[in-house]
Amino acid sequence: MSTVDLSQFHKTFFEESLEGLDAMEAALLALDSGQTEPELVHTIFRAAHSIKGGAATFGFADVAAFTHVAESLLEEVRSERRGVDEKLIDLLLHAVDCLRAMLARSRRGQPVADADSEALRAELVRLVGGEAAPPAPAAAPNAASVAGWDIRFTALPHLLQSGNDPLRLFRELQQLGRLEVLRAVVVDAAPAQLAELDPSQCFLGWELRLHGAVARADIDAVFDWLDGDCELAIEPVADVTPAALVAAPPLPVAPLVAAPAPKVDPGPRRIRASAAASADGGSIRVSVDKVDALINMMGELVITQSMLSDIGEHFDQSQLERLREGLVQLERNTRELQESVMRIRMLPIASVFNRFPRLVRDLEHKLGKQVRLELHGEHTELDKTVLEKIGDPLVHLVRNAIDHGLETPTQRRAAGKPETGTLRLEAYHEGGNIVVQISDDGAGLNHAAITAKAVQCGLIRPEQELDDAEVAALIFQPGFSTAAQATDLSGRGVGMDVVRRNVRDLGGSIGVRSQSGKGSVFTIALPLTLAIIDGLVTAVGEERYIVPLISIVESLRLRPDMVRKIAGGGEVFHFRDAYLPIMRLHRAFGCAGAVTDIERGIVVVLEEEGRRVGLLVDDLLGQQQAVVKSLEAHYQRVEGISGATILSDGAVALIVDVGGVVRLGQQRSEAA
Amino acid sequence: MYQNDQGTAPTVQQLTFSLAGEEYGVDILSVREIRGWSRVTRIPQTPAYLLGVLNLRGAIVPIMDLRLRFGLEREVYGDSTVVIIVALAERLFGIVVDAVSDVVDIDPAAIKPVPDMGVIVDTRYLKGLATHVERMVMLLDIENLMRPEDVETLDAALSHVQEVEVAA
Repeated sequence: MSTVDLSQFHKTFFEESLEGLDAMEAALLALDSGQTEPELVHTIFRAAHSIKGGAATFGFADVAAFTHVAESLLEEVRSERRGVDEKLIDLLLHAVDCLRAMLARSRRGQPVADADSEALRAELVRLVGGEAAPPAPAAAPNAASVAGWDIRFTALPHLLQSGNDPLRLFRELQQLGRLEVLRAVVVDAAPAQLAELDPSQCFLGWELRLHGAVARADIDAVFDWLDGDCELAIEPVADVTPAALVAAPPLPVAPLVAAPAPKVDPGPRRIRASAAASADGGSIRVSVDKVDALINMMGELVITQSMLSDIGEHFDQSQLERLREGLVQLERNTRELQESVMRIRMLPIASVFNRFPRLVRDLEHKLGKQVRLELHGEHTELDKTVLEKIGDPLVHLVRNAIDHGLETPTQRRAAGKPETGTLRLEAYHEGGNIVVQISDDGAGLNHAAITAKAVQCGLIRPEQELDDAEVAALIFQPGFSTAAQATDLSGRGVGMDVVRRNVRDLGGSIGVRSQSGKGSVFTIALPLTLAIIDGLVTAVGEERYIVPLISIVESLRLRPDMVRKIAGGGEVFHFRDAYLPIMRLHRAFGCAGAVTDIERGIVVVLEEEGRRVGLLVDDLLGQQQAVVKSLEAHYQRVEGISGATILSDGAVALIVDVGGVVRLGQQRSEAA
Repeated sequence: MYQNDQGTAPTVQQLTFSLAGEEYGVDILSVREIRGWSRVTRIPQTPAYLLGVLNLRGAIVPIMDLRLRFGLEREVYGDSTVVIIVALAERLFGIVVDAVSDVVDIDPAAIKPVPDMGVIVDTRYLKGLATHVERMVMLLDIENLMRPEDVETLDAALSHVQEVEVAA
């Protein structure tokens, strides 16, 4: 065998192993929730086994050794020699965490084993030793009673094509005990003429004897990957004497005796299918459907292009109608192509949702609450960038919901509610947005505590009466609560301003509805993608600026009597029972030739972080989808500007960063 | 200060251009393209020498006026006014110069360090001086030209001239 640089496969190994761990975790949690399908155990076993195999192949000995012990334990479960209880699941979940950490360390090239992993390994080894295991069924040959195993292993011709290497198998067997090759045979199906021999096919079989008291499970594990690629018979050797050796039956080369081994589960081999694409790294796994759609679209575009160039070659007035049709078609093709390309970046939200069953389980135990987690709409797709950034805010909200929202079983019983609280996560499309809802049937926001806190913080006056919506809005106030204050506040609000800022950074919005005693619902609306925004093109002097539509409340032309000058040079205007400050964009950005009369320009009312301002521009030019380009790619960040886009005439227009402009306006007015 | 590699001295090719009657050179390997002057989009909160950004096949590329960068009088842009797009690592930026002259071979050994020329030209932006056919060529240090901390310090220094409008 030629030597191959295995390090090129490391990235894939890590990705697949992490996915395997996700699958293991999901299956363990399913077992924990009382499901008993044997397939779950098989899934866990297979995941552990692939990780072990991969780790051994790629030289991560510590990972392989650790997984090996976990796998032995799992094998006991799989062969029903050990029952599944909560303690075991806890232990295995801990093992999953531990393996994740080990993989992370191997990835960084750090020493893999640490105190935690060693302690856990010792614990697993002790358990495998059998103290907790119920007595093995009589049918299972006890490792202690056998002196060795006869293994008849005949490769099917396609064995090598499946990536298996008999040599590697033998090496693995050798690690279990002394391996003796009794004989090797050529299969009947082998071509008689050497010239006809296909080097990519394998026509060999072996009779092997493994000496020593080796557990049957360990041998099965070695051959586990070869299911369907070989014929296998494994029989215990009670007494290895020359006589027994002679008595060994001649190897029948044709179909072998069905192995008495527990048949390796024929179910789906690749666990990957169940694991959502990992958010890690710079690669996306794209389904073939999406690529095919893209290629189709591309084909149509090429056809349209050739049609248009045909018209262009011999153009006369009579073809005007055809040209128009062609352009309409081109527009449609472009739009479809754009949608398809954007769809490549879209990944199901399941990859974020999948971490919650574990989080909920851990919190349940820690806080002594009972929670039923419902996940809906996991297949809703989101832009990869949005997906990566929405995880933390969601974790925060889920943690808050369990910590502060849901009551303890005793409290719930007293309130006449079922002891188990329900936490529901749901994702769905609404308009051009993705909506993610986190709802619980807990106590709802604690009106009194929040109001008291707000008074203490000076956000409201003590005599102020607030309705539910106003109370809800309070929890998003910056600095409303810090970790220290959160403990004595039974309402919510732990860093909710951070959650809101994260959501806003993604161009989204967050709201909350709460009903005392019934629960609360947090609703996050997110844009489908960050790459394209809906913008309003505004003119200021000679420049054009794009204002994101999501921040715009209303645009209006002010009458002179609506504007008031206030001390210090600021200007305000009356808008829906409030006075809003006017921000002159031409002043903030230093634009020449702009309209300076407020009455002659247009005021765009913007909302940012709950604050509203009126932005004075010369004129509104229209609405446009803007492909966001970064200024930082070739220059640097500029205050008040979130990016740039290219207009239909090829010129560059800057996109206004509403928050930045508001801050800029405050600085200017303070300086003035 | 420029330090030349003694021993291995293949000639370096420089694209030369004129600016206020002087001859400057920029390493041809960092030049991406040369284009005529076209309108740019001004960026707020930037020093005056940064004229703005333009769309270079989908990339948003900043353009600076080298005369303003060197504190010289600004010229009215004419037919010969060109923008040299240079690349620094992965970043592109354009410099507006009076006219592009030539591509010349310069022996690195013949590059002299820059004497202190006082206030006429900021020597920070020069790598060295070279002579080509009896003409002096000042070699630009483009890394220093686009350094952000310079932009910041200059930003502070030039904040009072921000009202000077760029008539594009």
